[in-house]
Amino acid sequence: MSRIEVLKTYKIYIGGQFPRTESGRYYSLTNKKKEPIANVSLSSRKDFRNAVVAARSAFGGWSSRAAFNRGQILYRVAEMMEGRKEQFITELILQGSTQKSAEAEVTMAIDRLVYYSGWCDKYQQIFGTVNPVASSHFNFSVPEPTGVVTLIAPEESSLLGLISIIAPCIAGGNTCVVLASNSKPLCSVTFAEVLATSDVPGGVVNVLTGTSNELHTHFSNHMDVNAVVYCRDHADEKKTIAQNSAVNVKRAYFWNKDWTKSINENPYLILDLQEIKTTWHPIENIGTAGVKY
Amino acid sequence: MNKIETSEKTSTNLSFFKEWKYAPAPESKDHIQLKKQYGLFINGEFVSPTSKRYFDTINPATEEKIAEIAEADEKDVDLAVNAAAKAYNNVWKKMPGKERAKYIYRIARMIQERAREFAVIESMDGGKPIRESRDIDIPLAANHFFYYAGWADKLNYAFPNRNPQPIGVAGQIIPWNFPLLMAAWKIAPALATGNTVVLKPAETTSLTALKLAEIIAESRLPDGVVNIVTGFGKTGAAIVNHPKVNKVAFTGSTDVGKIIQKAIAGTSKRVTLELGGKAANIVFDDAPIDQAVEGIVNGIFFNQGHVCCAGSRLLVQEGVADIVIRKLKDRMETLIVGDPLDKNTDIGAINSKEQLLKIQDYIKIGINEGAELHQSSCSLPNKGFFCKPTLFLNTSQSHRLVQEEIFGPVLTVQTFRTVEEAIEKANNIPYGLSAGVWTDKGSKIFNLTTKMRAGVVWANTYNKFDPTSPFGGYKESGFGREGGLHGLLPYLSL
Amino acid sequence: MMNTVDIPNFRMSPVVDQVGVEERVARFTSRSIKKSSKLQALKLALNMIDLTTLEGKDTTGKVKQMCYKAAHMCDQLPGIPTVAAVCVYPNHVRTAKEALIGTGIKVASVATAFPSGNTTREVKLADVRFAVDEGADEIDMVISRGEFLEGNYSFVFDEISAIKEACSSSRLKVILETGELSTLDNIRRASDIAIYAGADFIKTSTGKIQPAATMPVTLVMLQAIKDYYYKTGKMVGMKPAGGISSSKLAIHYLVMVHETLGERWLTNEWFRFGASSLANDILMQIAKEKSGTYQGKDYFSND
Repeated sequence: MSRIEVLKTYKIYIGGQFPRTESGRYYSLTNKKKEPIANVSLSSRKDFRNAVVAARSAFGGWSSRAAFNRGQILYRVAEMMEGRKEQFITELILQGSTQKSAEAEVTMAIDRLVYYSGWCDKYQQIFGTVNPVASSHFNFSVPEPTGVVTLIAPEESSLLGLISIIAPCIAGGNTCVVLASNSKPLCSVTFAEVLATSDVPGGVVNVLTGTSNELHTHFSNHMDVNAVVYCRDHADEKKTIAQNSAVNVKRAYFWNKDWTKSINENPYLILDLQEIKTTWHPIENIGTAGVKY
Repeated sequence: MNKIETSEKTSTNLSFFKEWKYAPAPESKDHIQLKKQYGLFINGEFVSPTSKRYFDTINPATEEKIAEIAEADEKDVDLAVNAAAKAYNNVWKKMPGKERAKYIYRIARMIQERAREFAVIESMDGGKPIRESRDIDIPLAANHFFYYAGWADKLNYAFPNRNPQPIGVAGQIIPWNFPLLMAAWKIAPALATGNTVVLKPAETTSLTALKLAEIIAESRLPDGVVNIVTGFGKTGAAIVNHPKVNKVAFTGSTDVGKIIQKAIAGTSKRVTLELGGKAANIVFDDAPIDQAVEGIVNGIFFNQGHVCCAGSRLLVQEGVADIVIRKLKDRMETLIVGDPLDKNTDIGAINSKEQLLKIQDYIKIGINEGAELHQSSCSLPNKGFFCKPTLFLNTSQSHRLVQEEIFGPVLTVQTFRTVEEAIEKANNIPYGLSAGVWTDKGSKIFNLTTKMRAGVVWANTYNKFDPTSPFGGYKESGFGREGGLHGLLPYLSL
Repeated sequence: MMNTVDIPNFRMSPVVDQVGVEERVARFTSRSIKKSSKLQALKLALNMIDLTTLEGKDTTGKVKQMCYKAAHMCDQLPGIPTVAAVCVYPNHVRTAKEALIGTGIKVASVATAFPSGNTTREVKLADVRFAVDEGADEIDMVISRGEFLEGNYSFVFDEISAIKEACSSSRLKVILETGELSTLDNIRRASDIAIYAGADFIKTSTGKIQPAATMPVTLVMLQAIKDYYYKTGKMVGMKPAGGISSSKLAIHYLVMVHETLGERWLTNEWFRFGASSLANDILMQIAKEKSGTYQGKDYFSND
């Protein structure tokens, strides 16, 4: 008699822990043949509220880490993911991918993590500047993370798309709350497990499964969220999000992109979630006359 | 009542290490793996030198032989350069940056995994304290590879509107003061930008470069992309002069740098030079004095003063000269000179007998020039090449001791009255690598940094290095930068 | 004729660079103190402890038991010194004095409306005089942090002078409460005020708030003591309190004192640890050094 498998429970990821949704609700995920594959948490606005608290309390620590430390951690995420490639491929196939496209999606996702790991301590050198002001001041501009970001991940590109938006967000020092794809949520939870084993502090990334229909309002009108990024294409949701953002002058971005194209892997996605701070300091001028080179 | 009484005691000297001496705390050596003899690393494997000649590398703290190192001659260099050229044309130039990056990341991670072994060997071979090789050299070396790996597929962002291309084969010659770190500074940006490498470590410190070659092989970096050829000055000259070397990178003395600059004149070879220095470490009367004293100590006694950017000239404002010098002397008494592998050692062995003789020569010159000598009262080990931390007080700009690079734990002390005087004294030398400025006043810091003719200026700190931070000199300290975005430039054709 | 020096203008006290201080501290913590030098340090540290109980719920019984422990650190191990002192509230000084007769261990009392210090000069002086009359060998006072942060440095100075006078022959430790002063510049300033006003010891903390003692803060205070010694030839003691519960950390502190002020300060006449659980950790370390095996907590009495 063949061995009975231990089935996985797919929970959500908040503050470095894996709780169930506080609402106790679920939705059923089925495959093409309408067979059930998993019971997925249907996250509520209270889960979202808790996730924002976790993200906010993680922000101070994450943003003040040395840039190269964030780079090392992101690289570690790639290492861990490389080790669990097979699991991701299996889940993508369960959710409708072919073997070939699943493999391509997983390897591209890992490479994308390495890509953004490399940007952690370099985007400042591209986007920061020393400004040659006319007065005798040392004047410099540096990018700083905007804070807590909510991300509504792509519906179709459930792994590659997910990583393509989380990586630039946290590479730049932000923390985030992500709503995973509704129809293909499995990889997002497995990815949360990878994060939990990669030295990423709890609360830096929080992953919720559920529906955008229910949650997009809360993702965009929470007063303690600094930016919202929407990666789907429902015109109504986009409008609501744009309007809601005004409540606290949230930065709102619509990244509806083909994540398989390499042009959509770039540091401008990091820059979108940065503020620019400019500092002035006087340069006194003593010793010019007669100082020769 | 604005006064208080003092004690009737006249002496306010402090006493160290007489009642409480620290027991030896040796770093363990049993986990390291060293061969008795090392070949040349050419085209992905270790091979014997054509001449079959080897030379000894010794431990400068004990004068004992550690291993035998191969001596590469022109034929070996030719093999190495050809391997590098072939690897460049057939493999490395064509490989996408993303994939190049992965090899470099592997190398970084492997150095991290073997960090302690590298640190112990670095200290044994070169003489620097284990505390420094463990806490500074090795981590920085790994981080350099990590940082540059990330640039490999992002060069278009570093140089917008250009189409950056690699140059070809880089011939790289490095010194003995930071053997593994210098190898990292050279190899990492070269590989990230798509070039291949022939590197010659210094003859007294080849071991960590050869261990790095083992890691390179383990990372499965394609054959010939990095080649390590060991030897003396002649080996270096063969690399510089080889027609298929497209770019030369040299770190070492200004004298040799000038020879190299002349040797490649008229060829199309690109070159960068990191040469000597005689940095001024300037302490103003509004400086945080205790931290400034620590900065002076770090500036000249870190790595036994074998640092091109060492703060080897102290310029102290007259009003605080007495207290600074007093605190400096006290601090010097707590510096432990001894076995590099003892975790408590602050100042290790001088790298070679030759260098020790040079330093001792300069000390004699200083005495003859009439400067006031002060050394700490520490004892020195019986064997090995050691030098006490040394001060020369009451020196002036025209003393030879103040103009020439000593490359040892010897600090000259001059006083100044005004900011203009400090700036002038600081710049009044042929070198221009680095400078230190100690003051609490921000606008004074930026005034000084603007006026210093030096490639690296440290304000309220000293001897700080980071892979993201460009390093290099003005004037006779060389040209070109290593580290940061600017460190990519020397290895690219824009 | 007596030599004198000017009382400095505390508004112009020396500046301190925090990053530089932390780097210097890192050199102390990377010292590796082993074998005989470690045993020597452990015993020294033990002998420098002010064993402390300062709880609202302190009772006569608690104080007596703590005093017994102070004098009998670990009778089953030979050659163990006693602690330097015990530290209690003024109403328990008498109990402690009686319990420690013949041991040579001193009794320190907190006073001046410890820990906040937010009351009148009269109340503070009365608090001190009571403790002194009860037999306290040492008084641990708190400075008025509010006045300090308002810039009333003369007030702070005068208050310490007055308390010093009320101490008569008891030694005065001045608690700066460094966790409330927030910057190292302020800590340097407060140290100078306390020293010039007559402190026998300067002490970091009450132990009632976080952060308590840290190495950077202690280093700045040691540097203030050194500068005063250079100028006047007078020694002042130092006591970090709170947050030092491991032997390893205590040894780092000793290295710091050793390499900043030198050996003359390495006695309990000039350096103390304000600690409670440190003592047992030191005993475990001493036992380990002697026997070669790692120890467990059950083998050492808590009080």
